[in-house]
Amino acid sequence: MKVKGSQVVTEVLLDHGVDIIFGYPGGTAINIYDELYRYKDRIKHVLTADEAGASHAADGYARATGKTGVVFATSGPGATNLVTGLATAFMDSVPMVAITINVQDYLIGSDAFQEICITGVTLPITKHNYFVNDVNDLEGVLREAFLIANSGRKGPVLVDITKDVTEAFVEYSSKSPYPLRKNPEPKADDVETIVKLINHAERPVVYIGQGAVSSEAAAEVRELIEKADIPAVHTLMAAGVIRFDDPHNLGMIGMHGTVAANRAVDKADLVIALGGRFSDRVALNPKKWAQKAKIVQVDIDRSEINKNVKVDCAARCDIKDFLIAALPLVEEKKRTEWNKTVSEWKAKEFVSNVKDAKLHPHEIIKVICDNTDDETIFVTDVGQHQMWAAQFIEHKKPRKFITSGGLGTMGFGYGAAIGAQMAFPENRVIHITGDGSFHMNMNEACTAVTQELPIITVIMDNRTLGMVYQWQTLLYDRRYSNTKADRATDFVKVAEGFGAKGFKAETPEELETAFKEALKEKGPSWIVCSIEREERVLPMIPGGKTVDEIIVD
Amino acid sequence: MYKVLKKKIVSVLVLNQANVLTRVVSLFGRRGFNIDSLTVSATNDPTLSRITIVFSATERSMQQIITQTAKLEVVKSIFLLDRENSLYRELLLLKVNATSEQRRPIKEIVDIYRGKIIDLSKDSMIIELTGTPEKLDGFMEVMKEHDIAEVCRTGITAIESNAVADMDDDM
Repeated sequence: MKVKGSQVVTEVLLDHGVDIIFGYPGGTAINIYDELYRYKDRIKHVLTADEAGASHAADGYARATGKTGVVFATSGPGATNLVTGLATAFMDSVPMVAITINVQDYLIGSDAFQEICITGVTLPITKHNYFVNDVNDLEGVLREAFLIANSGRKGPVLVDITKDVTEAFVEYSSKSPYPLRKNPEPKADDVETIVKLINHAERPVVYIGQGAVSSEAAAEVRELIEKADIPAVHTLMAAGVIRFDDPHNLGMIGMHGTVAANRAVDKADLVIALGGRFSDRVALNPKKWAQKAKIVQVDIDRSEINKNVKVDCAARCDIKDFLIAALPLVEEKKRTEWNKTVSEWKAKEFVSNVKDAKLHPHEIIKVICDNTDDETIFVTDVGQHQMWAAQFIEHKKPRKFITSGGLGTMGFGYGAAIGAQMAFPENRVIHITGDGSFHMNMNEACTAVTQELPIITVIMDNRTLGMVYQWQTLLYDRRYSNTKADRATDFVKVAEGFGAKGFKAETPEELETAFKEALKEKGPSWIVCSIEREERVLPMIPGGKTVDEIIVD
Repeated sequence: MYKVLKKKIVSVLVLNQANVLTRVVSLFGRRGFNIDSLTVSATNDPTLSRITIVFSATERSMQQIITQTAKLEVVKSIFLLDRENSLYRELLLLKVNATSEQRRPIKEIVDIYRGKIIDLSKDSMIIELTGTPEKLDGFMEVMKEHDIAEVCRTGITAIESNAVADMDDDM
C-alpha cells in the first residue's frame, strides 16, 4: 500500500501500541496533524499549553506506565521547547520518542522561517537522534527509535523529519515492532561472587535505585530483603520499590535522606547497589562513602559501573534477571543484631524547625496520604516541596511517585501529572508543587481543564524559592539574593480564570476540608497551602560532605 | 591531588554516515577530554569508518570515556590501543627556509630519517616524513636549528598487530 510519510508516522505509532500522544501543531507539522485528524479515533492527541508541557506529559505518561511516551512538535521554537523535557527524560532514563517536523529539505541550511537544527541541539540530551529527509528511510528510523528508547538503559530518542517527507508517498505495510535488543545475561561467576559476599556479610545494606523500577523488579528486591533480612535504602527515584512501612526500609538516602539510611551505608560492611548510580546527591563525597564496606553493583549500563564510586564487584545485567538468578543462592538468615542497630537510628517522630507554624509541610503530606488510596500517583515539581513529598509520602508501590531526579526540572510537575492522569484515568493523581515551580508550569491548567482531568494540585506556598533560600540561610550567611519572590499571585483566582477550582488552606483542618471538596471535582483543582518561609528540608548533608556532618535541626 | 595523566590512543569503528564524527568528538568534549590528535579514515568496509583518537586521561576516566563512547548508536566497536600490540604511523610535512648553502646539511638529516624532499625553491624546501610519532618528534628536534617556516602533522593512525616487533625499519 502506498501511503504518505505522515501516515507512515501514525501507522508506526499504532504498530507500537501508541494510542496517546502529546504535542502542539505548527506550520511544518501541519501534514502530520492533518493525518492525526483522520486517525483521531485511534490516536488521542493531547494539545498542551506549550511543547515543554507536552514533553513533560509524555515523560510522566512513560514513568507512570513503563511504556514509551510520544511527543510531537513543529520545527524551530516548537522543537527547542522540547529541550528541557528531553533532558529531563534523558537524565532519568525514561523511554520517550519525540517527533519533530523540520522545514522542507530544499530549505534546510538556509535559515528558513522556523528552521533549527534540532538534532544538533539535542545531541547531548537524547539517547540517539535522527534526521530524516528521505521518505524511504522514515519507517525504519521510526521503528529503530522505539527500539533504542526501550532497549537496555532506556531513554529519549528524537526523530526530525522534513516537511516534504511527510507528504511524499512510500510503500507501507503494518508489522510488529522490532524485537528489543537482548540484555546481557547475568554471568554465573558474578552472581556467585556477589551472593557469596551477601551470605558472608554481617552488616549488609541494599541500595535501591531507579534501575529496579525500570526493570520491574520490586517483587524480587523485596524478596531479597526479606530472605536475607537486610535493611534497605532507596534513592529519590526508587521511592515505592519497598513499602514505607516495611521494617527493613530505612528510607531515602543522600542529601535529604534519613539519618538512618545515610548512617547504615556508612557503617555497613557490604553495600548492594541495585540500579543506582551513586550520584552526587547520594554519594555526596564519593571518596568517603561507605568506606567500611565492600560495594557490589548491578547495573544494565556498563558505563555506570565504577563511574562515581569504585566498586569491588559488579554484574552488568538487568536487575530483575540478576535477582532471579541470585535469589535461590542467597541464604535465608536473620541479621537481628544489625537490624536492631539500624532501626535505632530511625527518627521516632519528625519535628519541624518552625515549631509554631499553623501548617507544616509534613502535615500537608499527611492530610493528602490520609485521604488517598494505594493506587494514587503523586507527581512533584522540584525544590523543598519535592523533598518533603519524597520524605513524608507513604510510598507503597513503584511508579506511583513521579519526580524529576537527575535534572531537577522546576516546571516538570503539571505536565507530568497530565501525562500520568491520561494514562490512568481511574487513578487519583496528586500534583504537589511549590509557588516557585508552579509559576513555571501553571499554564498547563488549560490542558487539565480541557481534558477534564481531576488532578489535585497542592501548592506549598511560602512566597519564596525555598530550596535556594534554605542554602542561603545555612551556607550563605542569610544573603537572600533573589529568593524572596514576594509575588502577589492569587492562585485561587488564577485557578478560576483557567476554569479550574481553587481552594485555600492555612491549617491542617482547612486543608482536609478543601481536599475532600477537591476530591469531588470532575476537573482540576488547586489548593494553596500557606507555609512558613523558614521551614527547612531536614536532615541535610551539604554537597561534598558526609553523614558525620549531617544537619538535623 | 595530582592525577597521573597518560596518553591514550583509542580506535573507534563507526558507521560511515553524516554527523558521526560530531557525535563521537562532542562526547569527548562534554566529558571533559581534550583531544590531542584525531584521524578519520575509510576502512575496507564502505559502511564503516575508523576514527583514531589520541588524548590524555587517568586510567579510570579512560575506562569511562570508552564505555560512554561504546554506548553511542553509531559506534560499532571501540578499543584501546597499547604500545605492545599496535603500530602507529603519522605523516609530517615541513617547510624550511634554506638557502643553497643550507640545503646539504638539511638533506643529510632528511636522508638519515628516510624522509623525502618533495618541493624545492630558491630559498625553501618541503620535506615529507612518515613514521611513529616519536620518530617525527625526534626529527623536529634535530631540525630546530634550521629556520622552520611551517609544520603540518596528520595525527596518528594505528592498527593492531599480531607480530611482536614493530617492523618499521626506518629507525
